[in-house]
Amino acid sequence: MTARDLGGAADPDELGSPDSGSHDPDEGGHFGPYGGRFMPEALIAAQDELAAEYDKARRDPEFVAELDRLLRDYAGRPSPLTEAERFSAHAGGARVLLKREDLNHTGSHKINNVLGQALLVKRMGKRRVIAETGAGQHGVATATACALLDLDCVIYMGATDTRRQALNVARMRLLGAEVRPVSTGSATLKDAINEALRDWVTNVADTHYLLGTAAGAHPFPLLVRNLHRVIGTEARQQVLERTGGLPDAVLACVGGGSNAIGIFHGFIDDPGVRLIGAEAGGHGLDSGEHGAALTSGSPGTLHGARSYLLQDEDGQIAEAYSISAGLDYPGVGPEHAWLADSGRAEYRAVTDEEAMEAFRLLSRTEGIIPAVESAHALAAALRVGTELGPEAVLVVNVSGRGDKDMDTAAHYFGLVPEAGITGEDQQ
Amino acid sequence: MSLQEVFRNCAEQRRSALIGYLPAGFPTVSESVGLFEAMVRGDGHTPGCDIVEVGLPYSDPVMDGSTIQSAAERALRNGFRVRQLFDVVSAVAASGAVPVVMSYWNPIHRYGPDAFARDLRAAGGAGLITPDLVPEEAGEWMEASEEHRLDRIFLVAPSSTEHRLALTASAGTGFLYAASVMGVTGARESVSDSARELVRRTRAHTELPIGVGLGVRTAEHAAEVASFADGVIVGSAFVTRAEREGQDGVCAFAGELGRGVRTASPEPAGG
Repeated sequence: MTARDLGGAADPDELGSPDSGSHDPDEGGHFGPYGGRFMPEALIAAQDELAAEYDKARRDPEFVAELDRLLRDYAGRPSPLTEAERFSAHAGGARVLLKREDLNHTGSHKINNVLGQALLVKRMGKRRVIAETGAGQHGVATATACALLDLDCVIYMGATDTRRQALNVARMRLLGAEVRPVSTGSATLKDAINEALRDWVTNVADTHYLLGTAAGAHPFPLLVRNLHRVIGTEARQQVLERTGGLPDAVLACVGGGSNAIGIFHGFIDDPGVRLIGAEAGGHGLDSGEHGAALTSGSPGTLHGARSYLLQDEDGQIAEAYSISAGLDYPGVGPEHAWLADSGRAEYRAVTDEEAMEAFRLLSRTEGIIPAVESAHALAAALRVGTELGPEAVLVVNVSGRGDKDMDTAAHYFGLVPEAGITGEDQQ
Repeated sequence: MSLQEVFRNCAEQRRSALIGYLPAGFPTVSESVGLFEAMVRGDGHTPGCDIVEVGLPYSDPVMDGSTIQSAAERALRNGFRVRQLFDVVSAVAASGAVPVVMSYWNPIHRYGPDAFARDLRAAGGAGLITPDLVPEEAGEWMEASEEHRLDRIFLVAPSSTEHRLALTASAGTGFLYAASVMGVTGARESVSDSARELVRRTRAHTELPIGVGLGVRTAEHAAEVASFADGVIVGSAFVTRAEREGQDGVCAFAGELGRGVRTASPEPAGG
């Protein structure tokens, strides 16, 4: 990868205004009517500092080189693009190519963002990092970067999630992080973010909030997107080399939306490539139990940005639901709201059941156990492939691996006696 | 009465205004009206609050500590709806204090800023405090508040730069809310020196009265803050008294704080 992927000085387009083709938000962080900074005044100075430091860092060849080095030698980039021949047979015969973010160090795309932000923390001279986590993927990635770069690390995690993802709690603690369970509100990801924001407003002088997704107040949606853009840049080059052309569609799951925005940006200026986000349909949109902010929510402000979110008629934030903790969030990054409104990207809801079927199918046809989050994108690919037929080429972002989901899968499919074999067909 | 008139009256009495906060609908709508009235009445010796902040309970209150969070959660569990806010505001106005609403932005965004301003004004509200809305994002609210003649109370913080103090001062009306410390709401052992410094810095940019909040929990704190600020804001400590002792406790506490703001020796620092 090169400086271009980081918005480095090598490419003037990447540094320009929104009209110069860089797809950056305006100075206040607005993507159309979305984004911005709906934040307490006390945190604005820190957001300004971060925006200014990032602006300098992205033009600094030393910073860019250091991040390149870590992504290559530590995280294991570039991640491969894998031909999924047997899986393709179930997707209407469409050719399915998997972008393997699951093979990164720590097992997901999250490492791209945390390495970049942790290097920024060093530049800003701060010593303490806080972060939220849902499934534990971002918490583990953050704890990892903090161990590597010698930073103090506190992770906020909903109490419900600490029970669902006990092994990840152990991983974070092993890596030297302090994990603080949050039992306010729904005790899940959104409450962990609330608690991290409360910590940040109290300790902002020496603390960086290492936000894990392309949401929140400016500059986070821009910063996190640019740090994940490497996924799309690599994927575009790999698919061109492999097939001699561009794909018909690029698919990714969307919770907050960081892996999706990263891969989408590699193809955003290719109008023939459909960008398709898979949201958590949970028990179905009609059930009211889901995490589909774009397909089923309405505009509002949450955690610092204006975007689509799940809320009641009084503007109280609704509890999201998904079988995957990583998509169990009532909001979504503001750039996705803009891409949805403008029609450049399309979003579909995928139910728990569809996602778990795709989870099992990829495991059995390709020997790859994906994260349940990523299985939502795979399920969408099965549908899109069937719609487009055997001539189509689909790139699917496998944003993480499924080790963390084995307990969920064991219960769901009845794979171990403790989980209760349900008599479901195990072939 | 307007906020401007309250601060002028208080200045004539050479004292700071006492500003008290409770969430609407806590623990229920009717009980909250009783608590607000108690907070205004005081203890029979000394009147209570001059200005009342009526909090709108919200599911995700990121600027609030655990005391106000759990009070808001309780109000919501008991079925509080946004439309009931206006009944509470009317009751506060009838009790003789000037009501302002404190709310996170999303419920107002959802209600429609113009409709919210219209209904708040009709209920006798004087303005709105917006803990997560900074002037740069307040375009719609600037219009709605102009249209319906409501004051816009923005926050300043110890971390605000001079540029931001000036920007916020010029966008606000009524008074400016100075967050005394870096942190969330909640009673503290002492009121930090950063409050005094922030008020001093803010005065350089505005003629508006300045209220200081976050951490004030005793009559002594109130007296101390009153010596350098135009308004003393007490929130979490009122919630705690209301939880433990109900209306009687709130009356007594309001009286204590009322004496606090009357015993301070004001530093005539322009306010």
